[in-house]
Amino acid sequence: MKYVIMFTTTPELDAAASPEHVEQAYRRTFDWFGMHSEVMTESGAQLQPVTTATTVRYGGEEPVVADGPFSEAREVIGGFQVIDVPDLDAAIAIVKTWPLLELPGVAVEIRPIVVY
Amino acid sequence: MNETDPAAAESGRAHAAASDQLLARVIREESARIVAALTGWLGSLDLAEESVAEAIEEALRQWRTRGVPPNPGGWLTQAARHNALDRLRREKRYREKLAMLADPPEAAPLTGEPDERLPLLFGCCHPAISPDAQLALTLRAICGLTTAQIARATLAPESTVAQRIVRAKRKIGATGIPLRIPEGSERAARLDIVLTVVSVMYSEAHLVAGGDAAADRDLADDALWLARVVAHQLPREAEAQGLLALLLFHRAREGARAVDGELVLLADQDRTRWDRRLIAEAQAVLEEAAMLRRPGRWQLHAAIAACHSDTRDGGDTDWLQVLTLYDMLLAYDRSPVVRLNRAVALAEVDGPQAALDEVDALGRALAGYHLWHAVRARMLRHLGRRDEAMAEDLCALELTANDAERRLLEARVDR
Repeated sequence: MKYVIMFTTTPELDAAASPEHVEQAYRRTFDWFGMHSEVMTESGAQLQPVTTATTVRYGGEEPVVADGPFSEAREVIGGFQVIDVPDLDAAIAIVKTWPLLELPGVAVEIRPIVVY
Repeated sequence: MNETDPAAAESGRAHAAASDQLLARVIREESARIVAALTGWLGSLDLAEESVAEAIEEALRQWRTRGVPPNPGGWLTQAARHNALDRLRREKRYREKLAMLADPPEAAPLTGEPDERLPLLFGCCHPAISPDAQLALTLRAICGLTTAQIARATLAPESTVAQRIVRAKRKIGATGIPLRIPEGSERAARLDIVLTVVSVMYSEAHLVAGGDAAADRDLADDALWLARVVAHQLPREAEAQGLLALLLFHRAREGARAVDGELVLLADQDRTRWDRRLIAEAQAVLEEAAMLRRPGRWQLHAAIAACHSDTRDGGDTDWLQVLTLYDMLLAYDRSPVVRLNRAVALAEVDGPQAALDEVDALGRALAGYHLWHAVRARMLRHLGRRDEAMAEDLCALELTANDAERRLLEARVDR
């Protein structure tokens, strides 16, 4: 089954962790992708910081363009990756080893992809 | 039934009551096996479970008046299979599936092996499903309760229960939650969720508000049955044995816990009403668990229950032993409710002031829990602070939804 895994962080909590720890954890994310390369599909991307986000929203007669992310939530999406694994347990097992999960405020959402 | 003839009404009721128990026994023995077998055949838990649930509704209607047929499992399987095929033919989205079902096993009995129930149970209790839905789905797919029975037993509106079950089943299908017993490092944590659901099932039986109305399904019975199934299927899992022992200890005290519909506190319970046979069974199960040398919270809860079961009256409880076990339990479970129960033991060993300090420290977490107020009232009363104790008992009274508990607290306030 194919799943999108969405990596989210909470910028204010990121700021609370020590810079060395954050840097060291980020460095290990490269190894993580290498370690699980067999389940990674070609779809995936790391996103520029949330400060670069632009949102186009329903606005009655015409869509409205505004600065900022789509959601007011404290968590922001930092990237996504499509993986191909047998079932949800396999996806959870891989996601649990995501190095940034050492940092408070980091969460990873797993969503299955619709198959037509 | 002739409503004006009291004797006929009485015998009718008595007959229905016995039959409810029999129906519960027969149906829960078959339900999960048929759901598992049909899921394998149809490739869809949602469809399989729905078809079995419908078959159970039909069975209850027919069997209640005509009696249970000689082969209830075969009857239910047949009816469920019929329902499934009917639905596949009716609904467009299933057309393709129907064509792919090469060989509907009409002749071969679809009873399934007993052990297929456990993988299904682990799927129903997957952490990706909310706790409320884990319980509702387990009650329906594993124990074979109808949605109406679950609603009555868990005090939730029927539509809410139905929605929880549908959502959970669809999530299992759509997100690829595997129906299997997890292996390796995941096993212990996943088993703990299963055991928690069984334990909640047992406690729900005592939480029914307005609690005097006889329900047609006793959740405590279902929970004990399920604890036995899990313990039997996973004989090397010490915690599964631990939970079974715990529920057996509690079940053994049932006869003394409520007398004429009134709750009796553990200290005041008439020990001669305890079921010695169940206590002996519980002790044996707990000893077997201990031999596996893998301690855990359910075994410790059971060991604490065992301490109480050893007493001849409330006065000879070995509170130091109870407190020691609670201290060990804290290493596995630091939940506020466990700490509150520990405080009761602490009061007996170190006095009410030490216990009150501990109880007060839990105020933020438990202020909405009636038993926190009841325990606090008890400590205050032991310290001679009667007015404060009375105020706490009134708080507890206000927060409890259970009639029997309410009367117990009222009696205390009146004193």
